[in-house]
Amino acid sequence: MSPGAVPPVARLEHVGLSYGATRALDDVTLDIPAGRMIGLIGPDGVGKSSLLSLIAGAHVVQSGRVEVLGGDMADAEHRRLTCPRIAYMPQGLGKNLYPTLSVFENIDFFGRLFGQDQAERHRRIAGLLKATGLDPFPDRPAGKLSGGMKQKVGLCCALIHDPDLLILDEPTTGVDPLSRRQFWQLIDTIRRDRPGMSVMVATAYMEEAQDFDWLVAMEDGRLLATGTPAELTARTGTPNLDAAFIALLPEEKRRGHREVVIPPRADAAEADIAIEAEHLTMRFGDFVAVDDVSFRIPRGEIFGFLGSNGCGKTTTMKMLTGLLPASEGTARLFGREVDPNDIEVRRHVGYMSQAFSLYTELTVRQNLDLHARLFRLAPETIPGRIEEMAARFDLQDIMDDLPDALPLGIRQRLSLAVAMIHAPDILILDEPTSGVDPVARDGFWQILSDLSRKDSVTIFVSTHFMNEAELCDRISLMHAGRVLVSDTPAAIVRKRGAGSLEEAFIAYLEEAIDARAKTAPPAAGGTSAPAPATPAVPEKPPVPAGPVPPRPASPPAAAAHAASPRRFDPRRMFAYTRREALELRRDPIRATLALLGTVILMFVVGYGINMDVDNLSFAVLDRDDTALSQDYVQQIAGSRYFIEKPPITDYADMDRRMRDGEISLAIEIPPGFARDVARGNKTVEIGAWIDGAMPSRAETVRGYVQGMHAAWLTQKARQRYGDAATVGDFRIEIRYRYNPGVQSLVAIVPAMLPLLLMMIPAMLAVLSVVREKELGSITNFYVTPVTRFEFLVGKQLPYVALAMLNFAMLVAFAVFIFRVPFTGSLLALSLAALLYVFAATALGLLLSTFMSSQIAAIFGTALLTLIPAVNYSGMIDPVTSLQGAGAFVGQIYPATYFMTIARGTFSKGLGFADLAGSFLPLLIAGPVLLGLGIALLKKQAS
Amino acid sequence: MRAANIFQLGIKELRGLARDPMLLVLIVYSFTVSIYTASSATPETLNRAAIAIVDEDQSPVSTRLITAFYPPYFSVPKLISPYEMDRRMDAGLDTFALNIPPNFQRDLLAGRSPTIQLNIDATRMSQAFSGGGYVQSIVSDEVSEFLNRHRGGGTVPVDLALRARFNQQLSKGWFGSITNVISSITMLSIILTGAALIREREHGTIEHLLVMPVTPTEIMLSKIWSMGLVVLIAASASLVFVVQWALKVPINGSLSLFLVGTALQLFATTSMGIFLATMAGTMPQFGLLLMLVLLPLQVLSGGSTPRESMPQIIQDIMLAAPNTHFVMLAQSVLFRGAGLDVVWPQFAALVAIGGVLFFFALRRFRKFLR
Repeated sequence: MSPGAVPPVARLEHVGLSYGATRALDDVTLDIPAGRMIGLIGPDGVGKSSLLSLIAGAHVVQSGRVEVLGGDMADAEHRRLTCPRIAYMPQGLGKNLYPTLSVFENIDFFGRLFGQDQAERHRRIAGLLKATGLDPFPDRPAGKLSGGMKQKVGLCCALIHDPDLLILDEPTTGVDPLSRRQFWQLIDTIRRDRPGMSVMVATAYMEEAQDFDWLVAMEDGRLLATGTPAELTARTGTPNLDAAFIALLPEEKRRGHREVVIPPRADAAEADIAIEAEHLTMRFGDFVAVDDVSFRIPRGEIFGFLGSNGCGKTTTMKMLTGLLPASEGTARLFGREVDPNDIEVRRHVGYMSQAFSLYTELTVRQNLDLHARLFRLAPETIPGRIEEMAARFDLQDIMDDLPDALPLGIRQRLSLAVAMIHAPDILILDEPTSGVDPVARDGFWQILSDLSRKDSVTIFVSTHFMNEAELCDRISLMHAGRVLVSDTPAAIVRKRGAGSLEEAFIAYLEEAIDARAKTAPPAAGGTSAPAPATPAVPEKPPVPAGPVPPRPASPPAAAAHAASPRRFDPRRMFAYTRREALELRRDPIRATLALLGTVILMFVVGYGINMDVDNLSFAVLDRDDTALSQDYVQQIAGSRYFIEKPPITDYADMDRRMRDGEISLAIEIPPGFARDVARGNKTVEIGAWIDGAMPSRAETVRGYVQGMHAAWLTQKARQRYGDAATVGDFRIEIRYRYNPGVQSLVAIVPAMLPLLLMMIPAMLAVLSVVREKELGSITNFYVTPVTRFEFLVGKQLPYVALAMLNFAMLVAFAVFIFRVPFTGSLLALSLAALLYVFAATALGLLLSTFMSSQIAAIFGTALLTLIPAVNYSGMIDPVTSLQGAGAFVGQIYPATYFMTIARGTFSKGLGFADLAGSFLPLLIAGPVLLGLGIALLKKQAS
Repeated sequence: MRAANIFQLGIKELRGLARDPMLLVLIVYSFTVSIYTASSATPETLNRAAIAIVDEDQSPVSTRLITAFYPPYFSVPKLISPYEMDRRMDAGLDTFALNIPPNFQRDLLAGRSPTIQLNIDATRMSQAFSGGGYVQSIVSDEVSEFLNRHRGGGTVPVDLALRARFNQQLSKGWFGSITNVISSITMLSIILTGAALIREREHGTIEHLLVMPVTPTEIMLSKIWSMGLVVLIAASASLVFVVQWALKVPINGSLSLFLVGTALQLFATTSMGIFLATMAGTMPQFGLLLMLVLLPLQVLSGGSTPRESMPQIIQDIMLAAPNTHFVMLAQSVLFRGAGLDVVWPQFAALVAIGGVLFFFALRRFRKFLR
């Protein structure tokens, strides 16, 4: 089939794309032939991923025209119709999977998103799991899988709907050779089964690209060349694709690049032993991550460590550095045993972890400086050493840049420079070149070569690249915690009689897996739960490629896609509901906090915001000391609000005791009090001092004292003047309505409902969306037929249900534990609560459209729910007494109206008819907020 | 343990903070705008309290009563009919409804002890609770004054001279502003250390630190001193510029003694932040955990409502929280002008609580790093 015979699957015309000031794609024009396996090759950050996300419809087309499957991807209607025919697997191991969901649940979720019914989903999933060899582990959480297995699950998710175009963005980066080979066998099988399907793959592995039908080489957002692998090598006159790519690079990029040649070690015989491991074993619970590993590495050797993902390489390295204490066995560096508490030994070791782990908030120079100081270099030597490192690792031009802004290759060089700053004798490097392009990798290895040969630094390095393994003096193959073989690369190839190191490697692995399969039944794999931080149990090899097609008896592709996706499909909506509910169930801390949190808060605040002030301490300075003055004091001491303390002796005593906070009220009765009252010719003054440090309490104390003073006066007047005093007497009858006992709880508890049912549901709703944005699984929303309405409402439903459960718990708690009488219509309150939590979650979803990081979401939601709900909704001060902006917020904030309903139904005995005026705003709030959220949510990344 | 390492790592934390403009804005906001608006916007207990009067008497006395209620304490009284009263109160339109019965003045002068009815919506929290007393004393005063002009004598000549010490006007903003400063101190110190630790783990930089010649104790202490220092400086500036200068709150006591107390409080809360971060695996869990911890700390520490009126068990439990002691200390030092001789028990309690929290945080931190 020649490219011209069928229309291209995708056609790009003058496509450009920028992220801020960075130009990711620059005027790319390209026709991508259909029904082929297309490879995108090029270093990191040249625009491969951007190109793929544009074709998948995950990213907004900024300029130019992108046509996929015969339509314009800028047209929302075309995207809606074609997205069921496209499958997209973004970069990053398991990036679009949900780590707490099981393998089956992950694939099932995608099936639902494409509107498949249960029977169809089960049939397809069974087929896919069998084909990928994942069938023993359908119940294992995706987060606990090895990298290779994650990618297979991702592939299952992508293939669930029989796409016509499969887009894979670096599916095998960071995956070991065996899993990589299995992955491509799987793709071959699927393509054999569905020859019409087009596959687009971005890859950094040139040996993989070798087998593709057609390649697109990219550099700096532009096309370098297109054609079959053979055409590319022929055009450049180079022996392999690696070399061809380098030859295709513009002159200035190629300059400085040369083939890495590591000279043989000179004094191999007499070197002392730098690293020695004896019977190292590491267990996490029942799981043995490293099993009886021993090796000896002489000074100055480059020792390579190879193995599948999760075979124990990283764990071994951590034991060597003292990060992890070994369960059994010993590790020695220069004859000295590694002790995690021995700080001294760390000064001889430089360690570079798998992920970039320098401070992105510090500049290159500051990072080097910090590490130099931590390693206790003499302060006067530090600037010189930094310059030296900068020169050696070619960092001079970027000394004041932040690491985030640098390409991966340069960041890895910086990591190495940091690991080398204290001139260690041993370097331990964990996959230092994963994801780094060929040119940068060669430069990196040239540095390693110099370190080993010129400075006699011992280098212990793990890698997935076979051409790097070949550069090592000796390598170890590791599998399932054991070392299979240790020798020079050439000797290993010879021993197996294999054509290449990769073949030898795979042969060893397959042998080990077969041996293991015989001793242990594979079915046990699905039930063992590895401890945290442990890699997954090594996977079973897939069923030999070929015999099991992924979809038994699938209809022709065209027929399957004849029906366009429905505009609204409850199945898609409930897919999100179900997934959200599952995730909540799998995260016990979050679920517990969400459920019990509100009840705990109600309990705490119900007790805490207490307006009843009692048990106040007071003392008296009685300068009169007569029966009358004692009668006055008794009036106060006898009330339940006050507790009398020993009498005050003088003013100094009063000062001291009030300053210490020992008494809140001091009463002074002047000398001659009884006499003057009896004479009645002059007004006597009793002094009272209140501790004003806490105004609300002081206010209450003042009220109490005034009340008691007035009562005392009336009582005395009656005694003295008899009936004459009743002339002019009148009474004020106070009716504390709705809360006759004037209890704080009765006033506070109903008012807590609006606060708690706003705060927690909004927080959960906002995080459910922002989390997907931060972790990358939002892509699934971008590239599947799910609509904005289905996405938001689907996510909202479980939180509405959770909030209603919360509501029931809170009401039960208020009535049965706090004994707050409930007098009105429970039905009215429940209905109002439903409308209210719908509005609260909708508010959370609306906020989520603005937020991109979880910490900002937490802070923003707290600000926008807590403050208005507490201050402007009538909880403490009625809305009618607010002024200015606060009053306006109070008028439009839904909590105000739910507050009225909660108090009305709880304390005032009201029902629907009386509260109609407050229902209307609640009824409007939810749909308005949700509508705004839907309008502002973007269906594509921008 | 080496002081130089602790210093270097702390400098690193400060540099990191300086590179996060959003976080800086947040710190500045929470110590300035937030405190200023929260303290100045809190209405005094009675601010435009909604009152309605049913005047069935239409006499000079009743007119006198109607004119006795005026802004800013009360809204201008709404004159309503008896039939409207219940409906308006049900709808929450009025907090107080005063019902003056027919022939009130006549009965009053005839010594028939007429009754004025005062309805209070007791679900209205603060207004209902302290406003009721105001309404009552206003009515009493007005009626007595009216009667005094009709006839003299007949009362016991004892006056009550009430004075509030330390805050004569009982201005809520004074104490509110200090409570808000305390809230910001607690919230920020926990978030800064806790979220920073989770972020470091998510980025893998913590592990990286551990292969260097530094100990977990050094890492923890560096975070405590650097973040504590940031909050301490922000809090001092806030006390001087926002509380004293912009809000014009007079501070009677020694600011430096209070700042020493703040440093101790920060030692305890930063340790708590690290402890919480080791408990929570992820940011969302940390966020929810934070809410569960912050709200009780603020509500039950005695800053918002008096400790004396809480149930004994809550009072006892809250003695274990640093905020309780810090609030006591703030009240004593800033308003009552107390010295170290008075507040040393609070200092001792903060040191003890901080030490225990630090110890547990360190133990969890070591495990967290594994």
